[in-house]
Amino acid sequence: MISVSFHLPFHGDVHAPSHREISRTGSRGAAAYYIRNAERDAKTINMVTVTLADYRGFDTLGETVVVFTAGIVCYLVLRRRRE
Amino acid sequence: MIAPTDSPIIAVVSRGLAPFIQLFALYVVFHGHYGPGGGFQGGAMFAASLILLRLSLGGEVAAYQFKNGWATPLGAAGVAVFAGVGILTMMRRGEYLNYAFLPLGLEAASLRSFGILFIEIGVAMALIGTLVAIFDDLVKGHESD
Repeated sequence: MISVSFHLPFHGDVHAPSHREISRTGSRGAAAYYIRNAERDAKTINMVTVTLADYRGFDTLGETVVVFTAGIVCYLVLRRRRE
Repeated sequence: MIAPTDSPIIAVVSRGLAPFIQLFALYVVFHGHYGPGGGFQGGAMFAASLILLRLSLGGEVAAYQFKNGWATPLGAAGVAVFAGVGILTMMRRGEYLNYAFLPLGLEAASLRSFGILFIEIGVAMALIGTLVAIFDDLVKGHESD
């Protein structure tokens, strides 16, 4: 795994396979679409916010649930039980 | 319950600083549309200001602003706001969390902008509630309880 990690594309490499508009199998990449259309789709100039909250909204819901679950677990573990 | 601090400097400075931290936290939440920021960051900052008051002024005084029992329900309400937006869009026969189906009567792009704002507020509420709840739960077993 470590030796493979040295052959990964560098951070920010525009020619990396994940940044190509058309992938090797001929399907269209998602990243280029987000960059082009984020502002038009959601009238929000921050591309990152549109990706996090709109295109990947379900993922953000999962993150929020994870944080809330941590709070619930602390509640269950740390609260003293009434005798 | 944490005892209030003996130092007047800590008491006055934290009391004066907390409202500005809270105002900036709200700014961070609503600035998520235009730059760095969003629900997670703003919610964490708001929770930090509430925990600052609890640490410096003691649990009794800090409870005037934000009661101990409110934290966990607020976190649950935040998650419910987020999930509720998704269910609202489903009730209008859209996909889950497809904000273009929100019942506000605007064009699709503006609706998405508002949908992002709603879920950011939900995330911020969940963060505030959860972080303060964790702190309160940890403090609950303190000696001077």
